[in-house]
Amino acid sequence: MTRPTPDSAVDPPATRPGPAAVTRKRSPARAAGFRTPSWVGWLFVAPALIVYAVFVLRPIALTVQYSLYRWDGIGPSTWAGLGNYARVFTDPDLFASILNAIKLIVFFSVIPVVLGLAIASTIRRIAASRLALVARTVLFLPQVIPLVAAGIAWSWLLSSTGLVNQLLTYAGLGGVARAWLGDFSTALPAVGVIGAWVLLGLCTILLLSGMSKIDPALYEAARMDGAGPLREFVSITVPSLRQEIGVCVTVTVIAALASFDIVYVSTQGGPGNATMVPGLEIYYLAFSERQVGMASALAVVLMVLVLVVALPIQWLTKDRSS
Amino acid sequence: MIVGRRETWTGRLLLVLLMAVTLMPFVSLFVTALHPSGSYPSGLEWPRDPQWGNFVKAFQAARMIELVKSSTLIVLGVVPVSLLLGMLAGFAIGHLRMAGRNLVFLAFVLGLTLPFEGIITPLYYQVRDMGLLNTRWAIILPLIGLFMPFAVFWMRAHFVNMPDELSESARMDGANVWQLFWRIHVPLAMPALSSLAILLFLWTWNQFLLAIVLVDDPLKRTMSGALGAFQGQWGTDMPLLCAGSLLILTPTLVIFLVFQRRFVTALLQGSLKG
Repeated sequence: MTRPTPDSAVDPPATRPGPAAVTRKRSPARAAGFRTPSWVGWLFVAPALIVYAVFVLRPIALTVQYSLYRWDGIGPSTWAGLGNYARVFTDPDLFASILNAIKLIVFFSVIPVVLGLAIASTIRRIAASRLALVARTVLFLPQVIPLVAAGIAWSWLLSSTGLVNQLLTYAGLGGVARAWLGDFSTALPAVGVIGAWVLLGLCTILLLSGMSKIDPALYEAARMDGAGPLREFVSITVPSLRQEIGVCVTVTVIAALASFDIVYVSTQGGPGNATMVPGLEIYYLAFSERQVGMASALAVVLMVLVLVVALPIQWLTKDRSS
Repeated sequence: MIVGRRETWTGRLLLVLLMAVTLMPFVSLFVTALHPSGSYPSGLEWPRDPQWGNFVKAFQAARMIELVKSSTLIVLGVVPVSLLLGMLAGFAIGHLRMAGRNLVFLAFVLGLTLPFEGIITPLYYQVRDMGLLNTRWAIILPLIGLFMPFAVFWMRAHFVNMPDELSESARMDGANVWQLFWRIHVPLAMPALSSLAILLFLWTWNQFLLAIVLVDDPLKRTMSGALGAFQGQWGTDMPLLCAGSLLILTPTLVIFLVFQRRFVTALLQGSLKG
């Protein structure tokens, strides 16, 4: 994606390359391609393409098709046109699930990226120490374990008698203690905290490894010019990390919009619909409420939403210098 | 570079704090798991009489041996095939550069951000019509398809950087395309391939949605899906649930700690490329 590909319009002619063509690295005649007919390449692509078409492309097409019908999954279906889509945007419960996913971005993306940046720039100078090496492993743990396990562990931490409330009581804040995941006003932020926990380590390490590639001379020059840490951060660190920040934002935003595992395990969308997200709503609509058409319309909206959000971030943060 | 003493200490303190927050859920799981089964312990409190037997009980209740076997079978079904297909397609798109490659590459790339929930409904009916519901194939086959965008993307990124001279000289020696691929390029692709293998292993082992929708029997699911069922069954018995969760985590943790270097590199590269 980042590397410019030579134009695909014509395949190189099947002539023998001159000696000059062989010695240059990426010759216009493209040595590897010139004796291989196109169909051989397609033969190599075919197995992957077939599996992809059967288990991804076809289901995508079917989702779009289902979304235009009213269907209970068993009996005959009736044409609904865009009715299902209209309901997705007008039904308060359905639309709320989309809004919830967008609110989760604050916790899944903004907090890990901002906090990750702050932490990474603070520990940048000790990035080579033993402690930092141990931290690299520890901070990756949330990425390795199943999200389900993270959900179970955090439901326990956030429960009315859990560790979070215990710590709050020690700190003299016993008054705010509550069942965080069971309270209408705090359930969504509490789910967000679980997501932030999962993604903070990844973002921190990713940003830290990006910072290690910044030329230290830049910082020294800035110091000589009398720049403080904040100035340094704003004019050197952040611009140099454009690509890494882009990756963090993309990964975490998709995690927020398409969240399922954590919510399923920790709240199942409740209390009420306070933590309902599109992924979970699709699951309920399709498999317990038997509204396949509605589920599919929401699925299409979700797929488009993810694409619409992810593509501009890619485009904005792409390194255009190369 | 002059490193301020205070700056270093702030950094260390912050790092330790961050690690503490990261480890807190695990510690809480562990301590709770040692409380008497069926009790409702509060917060983080070391039990007066640690019940190590809870782990044995959870091991039996979760039927760990069968679970590990099931997840292993699924991983063995998904990962090698995905690697091979991804390599073949990545090689063709990145190195053979046949006509129309940009189009097919675009088709794969668009699948990179696809949320699995988006296609789970038709996937259910499709898998049912294929007669595969409640078998491990119901997880294996769709996962291979769902992993194709990333696998192809990843392997293309590797092959596109391989110098053409390499293939050229092999051709001079009379190698055909398959020999060129299998004898020259596959051995050279090992580092990229092993990182990809780690990522695919992790994503298969932790796959939840496909497991709970397409397979009812927890013993035919992935670890993650089985944990979901375990929670449903033992959710009211906190110590046992914690013990079971820890046990189900253990295989991933062991593998992670053994291969941690490769894991961290793979995850970093993986997110940078993805």
